[in-house]
Amino acid sequence: MSAYLLYPGCSWDSSARAYALSTGAVCRELGLELRQLEDWNCCGATEYLSVDTVPAYALISRNLALAARQQNGAKTLTAPCSLCYLNLSKADYYLEENPSLNEKVNRALEAGGMHYQPGTLEIRHLLDILLNDVGLDTIRRHVTRPLNGLRVAPYLGCLLSRPDYRQRFSHPDQPHELDLLLKALGADVVDYPLKTQCCGGHMTQIGPNTAYELLRRLLHGAEQYKAHLIATVCPMCQLNLDAYQHDVNRHFGTRFATPVLYFTQLMGLAFGLEPKALGIGLELVGAREALAHIGVETPPPAQAPQRGRRRKKKSEGLPMPSMPEDDQS
Amino acid sequence: MAHSPTPGDGLSLLEAVERKTPIPSRLEMCIQCGSCGGSCPSAADMEHTPRAIFALLRAGMDESVLHSNTPWICVSCYQCMVRCPQEIPITDIMYAIKNIAIQRGAAHKEEAAFSATFAEMVESYGRSFELGLATRYYLKHHPLRLPGMAPLGMGMLARRRMDLKPTRIKDVDGLRDILQAAREMEAAQ
Repeated sequence: MSAYLLYPGCSWDSSARAYALSTGAVCRELGLELRQLEDWNCCGATEYLSVDTVPAYALISRNLALAARQQNGAKTLTAPCSLCYLNLSKADYYLEENPSLNEKVNRALEAGGMHYQPGTLEIRHLLDILLNDVGLDTIRRHVTRPLNGLRVAPYLGCLLSRPDYRQRFSHPDQPHELDLLLKALGADVVDYPLKTQCCGGHMTQIGPNTAYELLRRLLHGAEQYKAHLIATVCPMCQLNLDAYQHDVNRHFGTRFATPVLYFTQLMGLAFGLEPKALGIGLELVGAREALAHIGVETPPPAQAPQRGRRRKKKSEGLPMPSMPEDDQS
Repeated sequence: MAHSPTPGDGLSLLEAVERKTPIPSRLEMCIQCGSCGGSCPSAADMEHTPRAIFALLRAGMDESVLHSNTPWICVSCYQCMVRCPQEIPITDIMYAIKNIAIQRGAAHKEEAAFSATFAEMVESYGRSFELGLATRYYLKHHPLRLPGMAPLGMGMLARRRMDLKPTRIKDVDGLRDILQAAREMEAAQ
């Protein structure tokens, strides 16, 4: 399979480390080569566009120019983060639609010795690549530990299916792509009508009360459908739902404890890979209990090292036969 | 961060917004149906729904629009944009209003400061830097919220989900040249 260029985004090696680890592990299994774009810069998230227009598009387009220069036969630039994916697609689309913006952005790029011809690249989200290029049949063939009995709420967040400039997803509100993939892994995919409702985006920073209400709705929805966990495709959604779940509980007096994992982590588990290699355990709301439903034992949450020898617990039941090694410990 | 000088001083806000929106704004096509506000997940916290903003814009009530919290409460979910029967690029219009509000000094200060601080980080390193952004923004605007953030920060640090140091791209000078040229272009329009 041809190589894809990867635009990892700023969260890839930090807050979304579990996403990076699991994507790497899953792609190795599938023989999918993701070549990281060199010297990429931040896409500006939702912030740079709020401050200025031409500079925001120039900032995004520098990455497109780099990708076009480094593509070496690869037409596809893939982004695992929904926000990066949106910004890259947005710039590509608007430069094509608006010749005057295209001219300005390209004159700015010239100042850095760069150029981008809109439409040169196909910009696609990782989920789209896995579902449509790798395909469900290949994915099914790699499943050695089906996720039967694990109830998963498929959560896509806003920006994959909206505004969907190049019409790659099935529906703006109720796209079925993630459901199909999770079902291929054997998971019990619950109905989740809120699958593309907003996680609050940057509002956890600048207007927490607005964000908490949006997060509460999502967590409540997942609970109503008795989901053991929420599967996400975006580092921003994961961060908001996972890291701020405690704050949501404090704010509303609720007791949500729904782990939020990346869909690639679930793929890795279904492929029989080691939980640790998939970044399981990096989530703040632990997934241990949820993953016990599929018989996956996860490393215990990080805690202070214990001092002294561990005492063997006296058996309270009937005497049981034991192997000699057991007694030596 | 240096903002582009106000483009087209003397323009009405409606005209300025139309110029800033990267695709035709189609604001004159709005039929005031309210699909936008009805679809908006954060409308409850807005001073005006998007529909009301468009009515104010067309009525020339520029100050009300520039001082409204609406574009700053917008979560950029694009729900309104895909539902608008008149295909008005509502989310992009919200960005345009924010740009102009900042340039005309009318922006909601805290929210605008978050965006500006983020932009500064990007311009310094070429990458975003969460820890730097959070500490600088909270120290200045919400110092009392900082202690409450500590457990979250520690949890993220313990799992190595937050960098202590920013990452700088190699060609940060080239990036700055590009952004500077883009700002001049923006000012000239």
